[in-house]
Amino acid sequence: MAPHDLRRPFKRAAISDQQKRRELSLLRQAQNRRDAQQQARCLASSILSLQSSAPESETEQPSIDIETVSETEHESEALSKDLDVGRASKLRGPEVRKWFARQLMLPEWMIDVPDRLSQDWYVFARPAGKRCFVVSSNGTTVSRQRNGSILHHFPSALPAGSKTRDGSGSAQSYCILDCIFHESDQTYYVIDMVCWNGYPLYDCTAEFRFYWLNSKLEESGACNAPSHHLKFRFSTVPVYNCDQSGLYAAYTGVVPYVKDGLLFYNKHAHYQTGNTPLVLVWKDENCSQYVIDTDGKGEIPSQQQVVLELQDDRKLVTSDDPPVSFGCLDGDIIEKSGLQSGILLRFAIGDGGLSFVDGKLEKADLIYLGKSNRARAFADSYSKVIFQFMVRNSPLKVDDLLASINSPDDQEKTPSDIEMAG
Amino acid sequence: MEVTQVLLNAQSIDGAVRKNAEESLKQFQEQNLPGFLLVLSGELVNEEKPVETRKLAGLILKNALDAKDQQRKVELVQRWLLLDGNAKSQIKAGLLKTLTSPVSDARSTASQVIAKVAGIELPHKQWPELIGSLLSNVHQLPAHAKQATLETLGYLCEEVSPDVVDQDQVNKILTAVVQGMSSSEVNIDVRLAATRALYNALGFAQANFSNDMERDYLMRVVCEATQSPDVRIRQAAFECLVSISSTYYEKLAPYIQDIFNITAKAVREDEEPVALQAVEFWSSICDEEIDILEEYGGDFTGDSNIPCFYFIKQAIPALVPMLLETLLKQEEDQDQDEGAWNIAMAGGTCLGLVARTVGDDIVPLVVPFIEENITKPDWRQREAATYAFGSILEGPSPEKLIPLVNVALTFMLTALTKDPNSHVKDTTAWTLGRIFEFLHGSAVDTPIITQANCQQIITVLLQSMKDTPNVAEKACGALYFLAQGYEEVGPSSPLTPFFQEIVQSLLTVTHREDARESRLRTAAYETLNEVVRCSTEETAPLVLQLVPVITMELHNTLEGQKLSSDEKEKQSELQGLLCGCLQVIIQKLGSSESTKYAFMQYADQIMGLFLKVFACRSATVHEEAMLAIGALAYATGPDFAKYMPEFYKYLEMGLQNFEEYQVCAVTVGVVGDICRALEEKIVPYCDGIMTQLLKNLSSNQLHRSVKPPMFSCFGDIALAVGEYFEKYLMWAMSALQSAAELSTHTAGDDELIEYINTLRNGILEAYSGIFQGFKNSPKTQLLIPYAPHILQFLDGIYMEKDMDDVVMKTAIGVLGDLADTLGSHAASLIQQSVSSKDFLNECLSSEDLMIKESAEWAKLAITRAISV
Repeated sequence: MAPHDLRRPFKRAAISDQQKRRELSLLRQAQNRRDAQQQARCLASSILSLQSSAPESETEQPSIDIETVSETEHESEALSKDLDVGRASKLRGPEVRKWFARQLMLPEWMIDVPDRLSQDWYVFARPAGKRCFVVSSNGTTVSRQRNGSILHHFPSALPAGSKTRDGSGSAQSYCILDCIFHESDQTYYVIDMVCWNGYPLYDCTAEFRFYWLNSKLEESGACNAPSHHLKFRFSTVPVYNCDQSGLYAAYTGVVPYVKDGLLFYNKHAHYQTGNTPLVLVWKDENCSQYVIDTDGKGEIPSQQQVVLELQDDRKLVTSDDPPVSFGCLDGDIIEKSGLQSGILLRFAIGDGGLSFVDGKLEKADLIYLGKSNRARAFADSYSKVIFQFMVRNSPLKVDDLLASINSPDDQEKTPSDIEMAG
Repeated sequence: MEVTQVLLNAQSIDGAVRKNAEESLKQFQEQNLPGFLLVLSGELVNEEKPVETRKLAGLILKNALDAKDQQRKVELVQRWLLLDGNAKSQIKAGLLKTLTSPVSDARSTASQVIAKVAGIELPHKQWPELIGSLLSNVHQLPAHAKQATLETLGYLCEEVSPDVVDQDQVNKILTAVVQGMSSSEVNIDVRLAATRALYNALGFAQANFSNDMERDYLMRVVCEATQSPDVRIRQAAFECLVSISSTYYEKLAPYIQDIFNITAKAVREDEEPVALQAVEFWSSICDEEIDILEEYGGDFTGDSNIPCFYFIKQAIPALVPMLLETLLKQEEDQDQDEGAWNIAMAGGTCLGLVARTVGDDIVPLVVPFIEENITKPDWRQREAATYAFGSILEGPSPEKLIPLVNVALTFMLTALTKDPNSHVKDTTAWTLGRIFEFLHGSAVDTPIITQANCQQIITVLLQSMKDTPNVAEKACGALYFLAQGYEEVGPSSPLTPFFQEIVQSLLTVTHREDARESRLRTAAYETLNEVVRCSTEETAPLVLQLVPVITMELHNTLEGQKLSSDEKEKQSELQGLLCGCLQVIIQKLGSSESTKYAFMQYADQIMGLFLKVFACRSATVHEEAMLAIGALAYATGPDFAKYMPEFYKYLEMGLQNFEEYQVCAVTVGVVGDICRALEEKIVPYCDGIMTQLLKNLSSNQLHRSVKPPMFSCFGDIALAVGEYFEKYLMWAMSALQSAAELSTHTAGDDELIEYINTLRNGILEAYSGIFQGFKNSPKTQLLIPYAPHILQFLDGIYMEKDMDDVVMKTAIGVLGDLADTLGSHAASLIQQSVSSKDFLNECLSSEDLMIKESAEWAKLAITRAISV
């Protein structure tokens, strides 16, 4: 048994460059494998194949016609439902505006209080500002307003939202956020998340989307204070369960932004483009500066004004699907003004107001004012007209909301605080 | 056959006679193995026979029981176990008898053979009487037989694992060994054999070290042996202390003061082999405490739970001065001698470990020594001071060190150019390298390299690259770390103005006549690699200019014809360095679109050269060229297809290289690169690659570390070719399935668990690739039958609770992929699976972002699958 060698490395770096090269190679390969895997996972087509086997998604959605879509691509209706940013980015001018305009989920106005508010709904204070889609892809970020026009074009800390030195952002990576741009603090308040880092989230419940939104946005660094390079900040909004304290907090709580009403989200609802009764907006003077609609000059007109779409059959309808008719336009006016079907027209509601039978609109006293502003993309929704009408006549008050949460129906599942004395 | 004559002939100086004898031994062995072994043991035991034939007989016997090659070893063990029982008994009796032989070589050989037999038989509960019979009358034996018995026990403990010897026998062995060491034993050889045997027996003494009285006794005997008049015994006793320091660290507190006194005396006064062991004791304590403190600092309190006793922290007031003294005992020219190891080197190394153990506390103990000696006329003092400074640069905080470095830097730069002694310059250059390694870079707040001194530092280092090879090599090393510190500097690097000059100087070094000494050429290329890796966009055009230069160098290595084997080795070493350099350049230029485009003009030429390098055939070059080709494939993308017809055969050769498994592993990685580059264009080559991979997986000759990446490679191929993978699906799934079954349960040491986790990761990556590859294809349903097993595998590893973070991330991803690809088909299976839900929830709440992200993706995919 010979003595044991005890030499230790002397004046040597512990690792050889060859070993380092091997390891860096392995690292690169592992990274590339991850990227390839990630890319495969994010391919929109996978979501597509699952969606096309889900029949309700097709019936729910109005078919969307984009002129530039070639025949072969057109074979799947569901394709256009997917926010295929790649394709959308190739659209130009009015088409792109129209396309984006149809992608937002639009709340209905709260004209009566839904059941199970405290169990199934979230509430939060809506920031006042410009509702828009923020899309990050290919190293840049674009925000588009509801009518499709570009608000800002800027670099952001969102995934794929700015050019990185290593060019690591994969081409498949992109984000789509539903935001409100709040002018005074130059902040995008993110109210919903549609796609994150290539993962589409429409088919997820609001519960999951909000959870994801809160964890991912913070991680990305997009909420950090603005810098010279990244001049707009992103922020989440505080979301509450719509129980009594949550509703109260949303209604009275201090937030860094100007409030414009409250938004109610059904927890189980997927992100659905267009108007939906599963998201509701409500406001009163305490939580919004704009309870009653103003006209083009910012003044409250003496009579409520509505925008309706003229149909082929001269019917005046809302933007709902299916549309609700408010009456017919005189053939005279159509001829005199040379109006074509599809045009948006402005009316005042006369003293006759709206009359309902069994909760359904029966008659509206409409007074023709003229064509609507060209920037408008849609007619008013039914719920909006009714909400405005109620605000002017018999508004739904916050006490009504609180009362409905406290109603026995809502209470039955709340455990009572009885102390056991036995 | 007259075996004695044959054995003599086998050692003849006449090659023909020797060959003849070896041949007849081989024949004998093949025809009648038991007879052959019996004859050999008969020769060994026979006192009439010459010592040379007895020794050789023993050696052949030993080689019939054990081999270095694992495969061969298993065969030999099986062969012995199946051997005729009678023959074995006779052989063993002969071996035991030889232990009493007056011929020391015969005894020693028999000792080793007995240990080999014990190594095979004891784990199978055979030869249970061995230890008893060795020990039965050890006291009455004459000294030479006692010595042989103790030696046998030592070898036996080295050969056998502690768990096959019961405590009663351990106690007997230790008693005999300790008695042999004690002062009552008058024979020096017996005491030496006993002390060396104890070294091997220490691993068996867990229970005895837990008993205070027995431990005290063992420690006393060892410490007494360190004072023996015989230097070999003192050395062996210190070896025991070193081994105890790592095996029984937590038991040392009562003895540490005495041990310090003993070691200090040995370091100062004893002969070098003993002094080296004494220093090693403290290095080993440092190793232990560094590990423990690292675990303290980590998130987990490891499974060992050994507390730190801070022996080093308590010892430094005396330990550090002792180590500093050793630094002054340098040997002339130790820097030119690669095999050198002396007390100054050991002391300096230990000082470095102490610094890592105690951090800031060492600084005030060393600074006075540096100040006192650094300007002395005797080179030994200047070198020792510099070495001391270099040694303490890792461990203490930058706040403590940077003020010192700021003062010392100018002095060092002057010394590196002006000191008359080469040894001092060598150490100075090394110290500068350590300064840059530990105190320069984005992690350090106050930069030590500034605009004011950067120019000077670089000028001095480039100047030193013209010095003697050992100094130049250290200067290259310093430059390596200087460049590394600017790795994350941003778009503009302070090295930019010097880039051209640095590259030029390094290339000049590679051409020095003496560049092969002190691994200078290797250091120069490695530094060039690091300079390239850390370069920025500003210098990309200069890196691009390097391409034709290195390419030309590589071309030149192919010129020579009919090389001698020495020249061939030199050629292949140089090719390895050049391919390595090209790999780094390709990876660098390939990582950005603009430079990649410019680089592509050279791709054809470079690929042509790589193919020629392959034709030269040498393992290391093969590997380096293969690595470089991986980088090239990544940079080239789908266009790589044009090289495939010619390259394919080398790819296949690489996959078949079982012996140099690194080459095989690297080639497997390159297959992945090519899959991602070519995507479906790889289809024509898939048959060959898949066949080879499946063959490799079923072989037990291939090093196991290559198997996990081969499974990952299945995933790469499936992802690249999509539903075309159908052809291989059945085979791949069956290989995956059996590996999955093996890797569900782990039982073994940390190393095995680590391997099992690597294996699991490979299997899971394969599943991911296959699922994603088949996604959206009409053939998705082919995967449905495999889903239950995969879910079962996931359940299995989840419940085993020993997967690491990487496996967790991959595993939860597979759950998502399964749901994503199979959709509603997967929904009910997932809902039924035992632990998918718990597993998912656990991953969702993981602290690890990668795991969380994969889990979120999986949740999404599962939610969709279930809601459809």
